[in-house]
Order: sequence, then C-alpha cells, then structure tokens
Amino acid sequence: MPKTLTEQEVGARIEEIRLRPKRFRDDRVTMAHGAGGKASRSLVEGLVVPLLGEYAPSALGDAAVVTVEGTRMAFTTDSFVVSPLSFPGGCIGDLAVNGTVNDLAVSGARPLAISLAMILEEGLPADVLEQQVRAVAAAAAAAGVQVAAGDTKVVERGRCDGMYLTTAGVGVVRSGAELAPEHVRPGDKVLVSGPIGDHGVAIMLARGGLDLEADLRSDTQSLWPVVESLLDACGPGVRCLRDATRGGVATVLNEIALAAGVGVVLAESRVPVRPEVTGACEILGIDPLYVANEGKLVAFVAPEAADAALAAMRGTAAGAEAAVVGEVRADPPGRVLGKTGFGGHRVIDVLVGDPLPRIC
Amino acid sequence: MRFVDEYRDPDLARALSAQIAALTEPGRHYKVMEVCGGHTHAIYRYGVHDLLPDNIELVHGPGCPVCVIPMGRVDDGIAIAEQPGVILTCFGDMMRVPGGRGSFLEANARGADIRMVYSPLDALRIARENPDRQVVFSAIGFETTAPSTALTVLRAEQEGVENFSVMCSHVTIIPAIKAILDSPDLRLDAFIGPGHVSTVIGCRPYEFIAREHGKPVVCAGFEPLDVLQSVHMIMRQLAESRCEVENQYGRVVRWDGNPLALKALSQVFELRPFFEWRGLGSIPQSALRFTAGYARFDAEQRFELPGVQVADPKACQCGEVLKGVLKPWECKVFGTACTPETPIGTCMVSSEGACAAYYNYGQYSRQRLDLQVL
Repeated sequence: MPKTLTEQEVGARIEEIRLRPKRFRDDRVTMAHGAGGKASRSLVEGLVVPLLGEYAPSALGDAAVVTVEGTRMAFTTDSFVVSPLSFPGGCIGDLAVNGTVNDLAVSGARPLAISLAMILEEGLPADVLEQQVRAVAAAAAAAGVQVAAGDTKVVERGRCDGMYLTTAGVGVVRSGAELAPEHVRPGDKVLVSGPIGDHGVAIMLARGGLDLEADLRSDTQSLWPVVESLLDACGPGVRCLRDATRGGVATVLNEIALAAGVGVVLAESRVPVRPEVTGACEILGIDPLYVANEGKLVAFVAPEAADAALAAMRGTAAGAEAAVVGEVRADPPGRVLGKTGFGGHRVIDVLVGDPLPRIC
Repeated sequence: MRFVDEYRDPDLARALSAQIAALTEPGRHYKVMEVCGGHTHAIYRYGVHDLLPDNIELVHGPGCPVCVIPMGRVDDGIAIAEQPGVILTCFGDMMRVPGGRGSFLEANARGADIRMVYSPLDALRIARENPDRQVVFSAIGFETTAPSTALTVLRAEQEGVENFSVMCSHVTIIPAIKAILDSPDLRLDAFIGPGHVSTVIGCRPYEFIAREHGKPVVCAGFEPLDVLQSVHMIMRQLAESRCEVENQYGRVVRWDGNPLALKALSQVFELRPFFEWRGLGSIPQSALRFTAGYARFDAEQRFELPGVQVADPKACQCGEVLKGVLKPWECKVFGTACTPETPIGTCMVSSEGACAAYYNYGQYSRQRLDLQVL
C-alpha cells in the first residue's frame, strides 16, 4: 500500500473499521473477554448474537423491555463471581441483588422480583453461606424486591471460588419512560450520580497484595430511588440511563456514543472522584474512568431538564453527590472526547480488557 | 489532591504555553524526542500537545519497556510457563504482548499459570508461598525497574528461596539513544530525558549527547507540567544557543543518580554482549544478564529455552516508530490490521507505546476541536 494517506485519512479509516461489526477470532476465551471492554463486545456481538440469530436480543442494553398484555416489562439477568466474597462496603450477596435491580432501574423499570441461583463450592463454611444469604435478604428489602424463585447447585472443591450467584429480575417500566440511546441528541447534558471508581478500587484493595490501605467502601446500592426521582422531575427529558459497572463510566459513554451515533465531550475536572480513589489509581497507573461502580449511573438528559435532573438526583441518598460532567455533540459520531483538567484534550476509548497497571 | 494537582494546574500550563510560543522562531520547525514511554503516555493522557505551538513536534522515543521486547522473548517466557509446576510472573503490560505463539494471556487460556504482579517482591512472595512450584519473574524495563529486580534477587539469596528465578530482559537506555542518534533518517533538535531512569543513573550519562551531538537534553518528570516545563527549558537553550544537560526533575533526580541502586545493579547484573531489540535489531552491550555469582537465579540457565529468533511481522514498522522516523499513523498497518484489540506490533500494546497512546488518546489532538463544555 503506498504511504500517501494523510493523518485525517488514517483517522477516517480507523473510524470506519471501528464501526464495523465485531468479529470473534480468538482460539480460546481469555480473561479479557470478561472485562466488559472490546474483547467482551467481540464475544457477544461476534459469536453469541449471530448464533442466536432471530432469537437474539434486539438491543444490547441493560435490560430487555417487552410488552406483556399492554404492560411494559423489563427483564434482565446477571452473574456474580467476585473475589473476595466480602469486601468493605459490600459482599457478593448484595451485589447480586443490586446489580440486577440497577439493570432494571436504568431501563426505567420499578424492580419487582428477582430469582437467585447459587453455585456453591464443596466445603464452603455454613456461616459464610448464611452471611451471604442474609446480605441478599437485606439488599432485597432495601430495594423493595421479592426473591421469588431460586436454585442451588454444589460443585466439587476447586471448581468454583466459594460461591457464584446468578440473579434474574423483572420490573414494570414507568409510564412515560422512554429510555434508549436512540433518544440521545446533540446538546443533551451528561450527569453522573456520584463519585466514581469506589467499588473497583475497594475490591482491588480488598484482594490484598497491593499493601495499600485506604478507607474506601464499595458503592453497591439500589439506584431505583435515583431513577424514580429523575423520572418524576424530568419525565421525557430523561433520554437514556446506564449503570456504570464493568468498564466504568468511560465504557458506558462509549456504548451510548456508538449506539446513538453522537459525540460525547467529558469535562474531566467535573467528574467527581474521591481522593482515595484518585490516589490508588495514581499509584496503580490506571484511570478511574475505567474502574467499575456498583451504584452509580450515567444520565443523558435534555439540556432544559439538566438543572431539574441534577437537583432530583441530589435529593436522593444515592445521588447526593451527582454532577453534570459533559455534553453531547454531533461530532465526532461514536466518539468520547475528554477535556483534561490540564487544558488539553484526548480521546476516551473503550479498553480491550481489564485496565493493566503500567510498569513505571 | 496534594502532590498531584499542583503539577496539573491549567493556569500555570497556559502561562508556560505562552512563554514557549514566545521562544519559537517563526518559520522554524522543532523536533523534540521524549525518550521515555511514560512521557508519551502523559503527553496524550493530558493533551500536552494542545498547549504547544504547531511548529514544535514531539517525537516518541524508544523508552517503552514493553515495546522493545522481541517476539522470541515472549515465546521463551511462554515456554518456561508451560513447563510443569512453573508459575511465571510479570508486570501487567506484558500480558498482552504478542509473541510468535500468542500472548501470555492466551497462554493462560491454554493452561499456563502466568500471574500479573506489581513488584518483583510479589513474585518472591509467591515463591515463598508455593515451595513446591518453580516461580519465575519475567523482568523487563530499563534502569527504572532493574534495581528492584536486583534487590529482589539479593533478598531471595538472603532468605534462601531456592524455587525463585528471573528471566532477565532488562535493557539500558544509553545504547538505545545512541542507536537513534546514529540513525541517518532522523533530525532531532533536542531530547526530553527519561526521568525515572535518571533517578537511578543520574544526568551525567547524557552529557555526550550535548557534547558530541550538539543536542540539548532536559531530564523531566512525568506530570504534564513537568513535560511542558522541560519543553520550555529546551526552547530556552535553543533560543540562547546553549547545549547542555539540564535537570527539570530535581525533586527526584540527582546529578549522580542513586548510588545504592547502582551498587545493587552491578552486584547482580553485568552487560550482555548483545541483545536483540524489537525493531532496533541487535545492539551490543545494551542489556543486563546475571553475574556469575548470581547465575543460579537465572531462569535462562535453570530452564531449557527455545531461544528462537522470531522475525517481526513484515508489515510491522515498530522499529521505525521506536526510532521516531515514522509517526504512529504513518505505519502501514496502524489502526487497520494493528489495533489495541489485535496488536501486531508491541507499540500498540502498552499504553506507553507510541501507537497505543496515539490510537487511544491522540487521534483528535491535532484537530484542536473547540471543546468548550458546560
């Protein structure tokens, strides 16, 4: 190929390749496929969806919305394999409830009921099991959902890491709530419901081996109160919501930018991050924008509704530290750009796999 | 946050930016190489480009530890990891570097036990906790990381940990800079010196660059204001027709380096006669190996290694990118066949690699979009 392309042409070619459907070309599943980034996308969009064919989900959002005899229901499922099982601020039991509750909530649905499937490792101490089920009960009570069905399996020692949980959930979509990336348009404001990165950093510290200590707790919590308050205050001014779990806020913003065909500009200095999270991320050489949250959402709202949205979120316990962090542009479509606190700017892309600590 | 925010202050940045612009001669194009990948990362991460006038071009240098590792070396690591009972440990950036037979991440999917560590001491701890396994640390990096490997080996000796060894791919920065200075197709005006390497070796080793090659060197820290200030110091030297080694990173770097670190290095390591660098080829006296006294910790002697040289993929132009001859986007496969998901060359793997940094952060940096938000 003759080397005659300009920088702009190369950029355009990259954009074109980036927007192509992902293919799954790996020989085996690697850990990167579970990290929520580009590798995960290639597994889902390049293998699962094509094989499911006409039985595949029509949109890859947090939950499916189906109309059952005139009622719009949201339906979703999620698995939990966190290690360690308990960590400051939470445990696998409350994650399993809140994770599914939040997938329903950000679809605009009041969570009604969840199922709970447990895969337990032979030898798991009974008191650990009891502690986790108590956490499930407490989180379900806090979120106002029934644990309506369940299943238990036990596997031989060494074949799972203590316990894995899978929950599925149903909820009823609030009338008037039309939340989808297609509704996002240039001019919309982007809000986050509070400081980001708490959960991911709390887990990294709880895993030990880093010899870092910080007073930091997972943010695992139900987001339905935040969503309900937002919908009450802004109605159709709320365009789209996402909970910023795996892959963090950066990944969520990219998903929306791609799905909606818009650009998103993030004012990095406006993104709330606790000093403990900033500090740990500085030491590890990772970016808080890519760190997982379990109780934070990203909201796209109409510009005229932004003030009301911010006030509504701040009026809830889970959204008390909400902030307006960015806005939607027509250009460049499918891209997230950051205005750095330093005064420059950069592209904020999706990572391939887990954020890898830098060497030096 | 203290010790972070003051080095990222936008008002200071704007002021420095104006001073830098005032020092440029109209019509002259300046090419300044940042040797170290840490600087490349900081430049893109914070958008330092946007604060420089158009006629100052930052050229990315060879100082990305992951980027200079040849494919055969990755295969050797996998060969060690696939032997029964072995735990191979490495820094996170190494996990996705492609060898001839895939990456460490893919080797794990085939059944190897390769674990990411934050420090070689973590590898030693894993060795202590698994006395029935052989634990190998895949050591990479310039003089920045080499002392921590040396100290870990000294501690392993002290504690009598027998099941620990190191596959040493440590390299040294000066031969790489020499290779660049000798490269005929590159015209540079000055160097931003590698800050963390300089904490170990000091500033003196760069004096030949100013003396023999007539190019200013400023050793710089890694915060965006450090980079900007070092460009300012370089532009002052050029404007005043001075040519010296200066130390911008005085809060960490001493002129003579760190004698304790240098002592540990010379105790455990010696120079290899030759080492194969990715893209740069074989460079004499450019890498470290164990001294005879510590040879028993050398994984290359403890295990059988294929040691096969794997030619870089034909289309890959990492060597030209590492030398700063090509800008990342000028490589034939940049962003098309070679992407962060499916890297062909090492420069696309680490976030310090010029290509990955440009791909992830930089594509719009020259367009100077109006990003006034909110």
